[in-house]
Amino acid sequence: MVSHYLFLSIILFCLGILGVVSRRNVFIVFMSIELMLNAANLGFVSLSRLHVNMDGHVLALMVMAVAAAEAALALAVIILLHKHKGNLDTNIFSLLKG
Amino acid sequence: MTHTVTYLGFIPLLPLAGALLIGLIYVVTCQGKQISERLYGILGCVGPVLSFFMAVKVFFALLSLPAEQRFLSHKAFTWFAVGDLDVSMGFLADPLSSLMLLFVTFVGSLIHIYSIGYMAGDQKFGKFFAYLNLFLGSMLILVLGDGPVVMFVGWEGVGLCSYLLISFWSEDTDNVVAGNKAFIVNRIGDLGFVLGMAFLFWGIGADGFDYLSLKANAHNLTAPVGVLVCLLLFVGATGKSAQIPLYVWLPDAMAGPTPVSALIHAATMVTAGVYMVARFSFIYAHVPAAGEVVAWIGILTALLAAIFGMFQSDIKKILAYSTVSQLGYMFAGVGVAAYSAGIFHVFTHAFFKALLFLGAGSVIIALHHQQDIWKMGGLRSKLPVTYWTMLIGGLALAGCPPFAGFISKDEILYSALANGHVGIWLIGVLVAGITAYYTFRMIFVVFHGSPRDQEAYDHAHESPRVMLIPLLILAAGSMFAGYANIPAIFGGHQRVSHWLAPSLVEHHPHSGLGLEILAIAASILAFVIGISIAYRKFTVQVDEPDYSGIKKFAYHKFYVDELYHKVIVAPYQFVGKAISRVIEPYVTDAPVQASGWLYRMCGLAFKVVQVGYVRIYAVYMVIGVSILSLLLSRSLNF
Repeated sequence: MVSHYLFLSIILFCLGILGVVSRRNVFIVFMSIELMLNAANLGFVSLSRLHVNMDGHVLALMVMAVAAAEAALALAVIILLHKHKGNLDTNIFSLLKG
Repeated sequence: MTHTVTYLGFIPLLPLAGALLIGLIYVVTCQGKQISERLYGILGCVGPVLSFFMAVKVFFALLSLPAEQRFLSHKAFTWFAVGDLDVSMGFLADPLSSLMLLFVTFVGSLIHIYSIGYMAGDQKFGKFFAYLNLFLGSMLILVLGDGPVVMFVGWEGVGLCSYLLISFWSEDTDNVVAGNKAFIVNRIGDLGFVLGMAFLFWGIGADGFDYLSLKANAHNLTAPVGVLVCLLLFVGATGKSAQIPLYVWLPDAMAGPTPVSALIHAATMVTAGVYMVARFSFIYAHVPAAGEVVAWIGILTALLAAIFGMFQSDIKKILAYSTVSQLGYMFAGVGVAAYSAGIFHVFTHAFFKALLFLGAGSVIIALHHQQDIWKMGGLRSKLPVTYWTMLIGGLALAGCPPFAGFISKDEILYSALANGHVGIWLIGVLVAGITAYYTFRMIFVVFHGSPRDQEAYDHAHESPRVMLIPLLILAAGSMFAGYANIPAIFGGHQRVSHWLAPSLVEHHPHSGLGLEILAIAASILAFVIGISIAYRKFTVQVDEPDYSGIKKFAYHKFYVDELYHKVIVAPYQFVGKAISRVIEPYVTDAPVQASGWLYRMCGLAFKVVQVGYVRIYAVYMVIGVSILSLLLSRSLNF
């Protein structure tokens, strides 16, 4: 029964990766990252359930807290990026091109 | 048998401490408000004067000892010890160094005092005294050092100060060029000194490398090494003491302030070479062939410089060439193994040449830095003290009988004759005549006749007392210094020669009265002829003659400077340019550039990975993490 949850977690994680590597809007990329975090959370709680061990729950709560902090930071960065270029296309931000 | 006295170390230390103190004050205050010149002057003179009193103390301490025990020493600290070689910062006062010590500190103190007047109002007044004190300290290390290594420290120190003081007025490029020339020419000589020292160590340095040990082992030195050592050390002396072929820097060194010319480039530093040869008399005495070379180079330098001196128009250049010429005499003296005669001429020369330079400085200041003798004239009435003192200095330089120069110069010429060097003696007598001629040419043109530049004459005024008192003291020295070593023929006792005897290895020739009378008569005759030609030609009103033919050749100093430039400097510069244009870019730089190029090429290959799009980096990350997890799962055997 738990394996279904794990499969769902993997599917969500892969969707997140797909979103990060294929979308060009910074917002969508950010949302995809959030999706990956939640997929990981789902994995934690599923495995926690499977092994009857509370550690996974603790980690899930911790990830949520980190995700909330990260969201605050990331949104601020996005606002700055928009202010800077007036656009949120990731292809514009390619200063590290070799 | 040596006695240890601690105060020996303080003699060079005092001027060095003065230099440090004045230098620090100057550096700290040069941005803001300066301290007064009076204070700088007092600080500058304290060290030299105290050193002089200590030198007198050393002299009397030596005097109280029996003749063969007259060695005082002080080892301040061990400088370095390599294997068996143990070199300490040691000082040795023996009759030779105590004589040098006395007149170096005496003339040095007088010139410090004179400088207070000469440099008054100069922007860099404090710096000047710092350098001058540093010079005196280095000179005292040179004189007092107890071995060749410590002497070399002083040797380089005085060279540095000479350079700093020649280019003291560095706003003028010519002065800087003259300073560089002096420094570079001296480097050539110093190489000879260092090589000579190395061979000396190789030969007999095993049992200690100070004068006393070397002297004790001198008989172990084999002849070829001995000749090599003597000649290489003499190369060092030709650089420092301006002998053929390295004399060219000294006339240019007159670019420095006049007290510097008097102290460094006439009285003290340039005689260091003579002192060195006399110091190593225990080696030179073993190889007469090397002494012969020294004597011939010396006397030829004396002749050449005297010829140049006849045609110069710059008052300081005339004196510079006369210094080169007198140094030649000294080398002729030490070369014919009459070391005490050479050193005695160093001693008397310090008085009358310092006097002449300081007198020239007084004239130059009176005429607002005019140095061309053909723009002077009739200054006798305007500058009476300067005139009379310079006349005394001139008579001493020219070798007029009762004055100091006559006694010391005659001693050298007589020694040359008595030791069988008739050629050297003949040239020496000729040079004596030329010396009398050019000295009085200068004095008559500057002080006699009527003014050639009326305006400068009207504004001329006698120098302040602080400058005149040293002149008067030096004039007294020029008159009476010779009496320290009156030869037996005049009823004297040759006190200086006897005093120096424990430090030197020399044999006094006994050649009979006739030869001595001949030498004296020839010297006096040469003096009279020289001065009467000058009197006939220059007491009447003459302007600068237009030289032609051989005179023009001599006026341009036989084009030696130009020759050196063509033969040595220009090819050297050519090689330098060739190296900078061919060797450096294509041989030494090429591998360095190639390695840089290699790295750049590697970078180009990997640069394509860095696309700059953040999602591509995410792909790299996913791939990387996937591979890592795969490897991890493999290794954990899932």
